[in-house]
Amino acid sequence: MIAPGGLDAVLELLAREPGAWTPIAGGTELMVAFAAGRLAAPKLVSLWNIPALRFIETGAGSAAIGAASTFLDLRAHAVLAAKLPLLVKAASWIGSIANQSRATLGGNLVNGSPAADSSPALLVYDAEVELISVRGRRRIPYAEFHTGYKRNALATDELLYAVHLPCRFTRHKQYIRKVGARRAMAVAKAALAATALLRDGVVGEIRLAAASVAPVPTRLYQAEAALAGRPITRQTVQAAREALLAEVRPIDDIRSTAEYRRRVTANLLEEFLLELRREGSRP
Amino acid sequence: MNTDWQAIRFTVNGVSCTVHAPPMKRLLDVLREDLHLTGTKEGCGEGECGSCSVRMNGDLVNSCLVPVLQAEGAEIQTVEGLSLDGELSVLQEAFLQHGGAQCGICTPGMLMAAAQLLTRTPHPTTAEIREALAGNLCRCTGFMGIFASVAAAAEAQAAAPAAETARHAR
Repeated sequence: MIAPGGLDAVLELLAREPGAWTPIAGGTELMVAFAAGRLAAPKLVSLWNIPALRFIETGAGSAAIGAASTFLDLRAHAVLAAKLPLLVKAASWIGSIANQSRATLGGNLVNGSPAADSSPALLVYDAEVELISVRGRRRIPYAEFHTGYKRNALATDELLYAVHLPCRFTRHKQYIRKVGARRAMAVAKAALAATALLRDGVVGEIRLAAASVAPVPTRLYQAEAALAGRPITRQTVQAAREALLAEVRPIDDIRSTAEYRRRVTANLLEEFLLELRREGSRP
Repeated sequence: MNTDWQAIRFTVNGVSCTVHAPPMKRLLDVLREDLHLTGTKEGCGEGECGSCSVRMNGDLVNSCLVPVLQAEGAEIQTVEGLSLDGELSVLQEAFLQHGGAQCGICTPGMLMAAAQLLTRTPHPTTAEIREALAGNLCRCTGFMGIFASVAAAAEAQAAAPAAETARHAR
């Protein structure tokens, strides 16, 4: 492992030897893989202690979070907690305090687990990711970042630089819930995030996203479509459940079964819809 | 990979150290093998159990997941840094008084996680104690004695806050 110490030096290294180096930030994933011998040719370049990657900026209408910001950084940020509460709640789900002090938002995304805790919140918030290389920067919707199981849109010389979030959801009903084996230190069996407005009893601007039900964290567009412009009735709840069950593709693994994940994800959606009907969105 | 041994500098419990180690050597192993600070224990070796918890630049970390190169320039505190001139801290005394320790493998990590909590949150609720220790596994006590120990330490600290604050800040 080397620690060039600055963003430019890291980018030059990635450009000089594309694909040869694996960036490591807080090491909560890669150190485990390294110890288990799962890093085939471990040439690691450290992103720890690079201030240019560890920042949180909030403006009137948006927030920018450097990729090497830790989950404790997110939890400690009062403006994020007020404007993007689902993301801060998800940050509290990451492992334990000792993990949250090292694990980074960028690492969670680049690691690419379908169960990633931060992903459902980013999806319902319409996040964008900013990628950087010596060639320049580009921004893409986070929904397009994961291109397959453990695959992403980063070119071999690119680094995840920042996550950008519009802060226009303060009037929405916001919901997030994770189901795991225990409250801490557990990988999600299933998780659902949701934002929506309820106007005159009709659902609008609804966004739903789930973890652990597909090869990548997933927006649930069909379930959204089953609800948009409709009131929350027994019939629409049932239609939304069926739409969700038609579009999720969970698997059996060591943590849960596909059938459990299907039922629980549909139940989380129903819980959100009943809360939305009961509480409404904010005026 | 650059596996060449490097000189890496940091402070442990207020003392400056220079170690010569491969950059990927775990901070845990450097503390135990190079610096002979064997209070820090290895449990799972993958960040699940918290036995190897230490404080790095004021944050609680699992030292089994810290490559020592990333500790360059850091201020590290281990369980050995809780006592002062052989005198146990209020927190350590509370673990003794309230059944917070049995076999002792988890205890250094529990103490460091609890010390971290009490530094940031001097008057924690039961829920805050449970969250702060959620990454530290104990297979002896059933946890209740540990939670009681931390609560008692918080109360005792409130009675004599200045000395404990100074101790944890070291």
